[in-house]
Amino acid sequence: MVAMATVATHEGSSLPLTLGDGRGGIRERSPRRAEGAGRTRVAGAAPGTVPTVIRLERVTKMYKTSTRPALDRVSVSVDKGEFVFLIGPSGSGKSTFLRLLLREDVPTRGRITVADLDVAKLPRRRVPRLRQRIGVVFQDFRLLPNRTVGGNVAFALEVIGKPQATIARVVPEVLELVGLEGKADRMPHELSGGEQQRVAIARAFVNRPLVLLADEPTGNLDPDTSQDIMLLLERINRTGTTVVMATHDHSIVDSMRRRVVELDLGQVVRDESRGVYGVGR
Amino acid sequence: MRSDFVRREVATGLRRNVTMTVAMVLTTAISLALLGTGMLAVRTIDSTESLYADRLEIQVALTQDVSAADQDCSQPICSGLKKTLENSPLVESVTFESQQEAYTRFQQLFAGQSIADVARPQSLPATLRVKLADQQTGADAVRQAMNGQVGVRTIIDQRDVVGKLFDFLGGVRNVTFALALVQAVAALLLISNTVQVSAYTRRVEVGVMRLVGATRWYTQLPFLIEAVLTGVVGAVLAGVGLVVAKFAFIDDLLAGIAQNGVIPPITIYDVLETSIWLLPIGAAIAGVTGYVTLRLYVKV
Repeated sequence: MVAMATVATHEGSSLPLTLGDGRGGIRERSPRRAEGAGRTRVAGAAPGTVPTVIRLERVTKMYKTSTRPALDRVSVSVDKGEFVFLIGPSGSGKSTFLRLLLREDVPTRGRITVADLDVAKLPRRRVPRLRQRIGVVFQDFRLLPNRTVGGNVAFALEVIGKPQATIARVVPEVLELVGLEGKADRMPHELSGGEQQRVAIARAFVNRPLVLLADEPTGNLDPDTSQDIMLLLERINRTGTTVVMATHDHSIVDSMRRRVVELDLGQVVRDESRGVYGVGR
Repeated sequence: MRSDFVRREVATGLRRNVTMTVAMVLTTAISLALLGTGMLAVRTIDSTESLYADRLEIQVALTQDVSAADQDCSQPICSGLKKTLENSPLVESVTFESQQEAYTRFQQLFAGQSIADVARPQSLPATLRVKLADQQTGADAVRQAMNGQVGVRTIIDQRDVVGKLFDFLGGVRNVTFALALVQAVAALLLISNTVQVSAYTRRVEVGVMRLVGATRWYTQLPFLIEAVLTGVVGAVLAGVGLVVAKFAFIDDLLAGIAQNGVIPPITIYDVLETSIWLLPIGAAIAGVTGYVTLRLYVKV
């Protein structure tokens, strides 16, 4: 598998970066992805000048009810502006991965940093600060049914105490960005699935997070709509926002050719830039 | 903190499960009303105690022959007893009540009743009425000094009589406190349950709030305010209930004894002062219950 990964990433002049995932997996960074990362990136910048946004160091997560760890010595680091697919079968640890980043759970062992925050050691009262830097999108949208589109997006700002003036200015901007201009006053149930997911993305992005986590955001959508959502996520990624997306969708992963981190039984079995969903597929 | 946001959330929360809210308010109100009743009983006991404190006497009743023979405590047996009592530092004063005086007082006390007609002066004892300087140890000292002395028939401590009244009031207090406690447990469980239901019905909102990094105040405050509001409304209802009860029942119930000055009357000020205490008590209990529930059961 390691050999395959190397093959898959051997195009263009690359800067090899070894990742201590405990299994000898190799990840290489290609210049193409560096360009995609947007304005903060200086072309040809040496590794290390780009700040690492997410870093997991030998992270193990055991759940009390299971003997097998949900994550097993996982080491991954994600730079600012990267777009990462997190793939793997159900139960491989993708959700746990995302939950740990959000501090919904704490790792049994290992260290997680998001931006400059030591996630596991973060005191309870500072968890909101972490979450304000992370936007999250889910398969089931999780919109508030009794609020308008604009209300849903505004909610995210209201509850972190943003002033009304800022909300009034920012919400239309972000609705335009996600292609929902003019629909601010509609109710979620009046929208198609794709539009609802756009609302969810707008809500996740409205506070300009450092990282956008997407947990199977296209899971409920047809292929065409999924493609539109992917274009939107790419656009958001180009603003410098790091995107980590857990997915099962082969065609999306294959067509995007972005970094792929594959989990299986809680371990990183593949980590390659410009990967595809299944090796040899 | 955006107050309009919190206000809206609280209003929605209370409206959404209005039946639960009503149950919660009523249970809290009943519990607090019982607590208030108990507090009024304590208050009455206290003021009754102070009302009697300086009035209570020890009565040393003299034997039949001494009573009949000595009309002004001038003879050796009576004056000897009187002197002994007056010499004690625990005694403030001693007054002599002759058979005739006792008879006059008896007639006044039981005026219009058949017992007044039956009684004759000879059947009533003359008494030495002892006012104590020291309420604590005086009674026992007098009892010891007088017991078995020539000319002494019985020693009556008025506090024994009043004690029965206190026992009654204390009983009222204990019963109401016990009921208040049971009701309080019911109220606490209801509040806790309502907070959980409330949090459950708003789980999507709360979930979103957590994810976008709302602080605990934002996520929890609406629930806490709901609980506290319930406590306050319950306390207000309890206060209104106590005022109504005062005019409807308590006044009638205590009319007889309060008018005779046996116990001090319960005034509207007593009721209002007690009711005002119920407000912070209700609010605090509801708030703490809500907070503990959120910490224990609800991932907010």
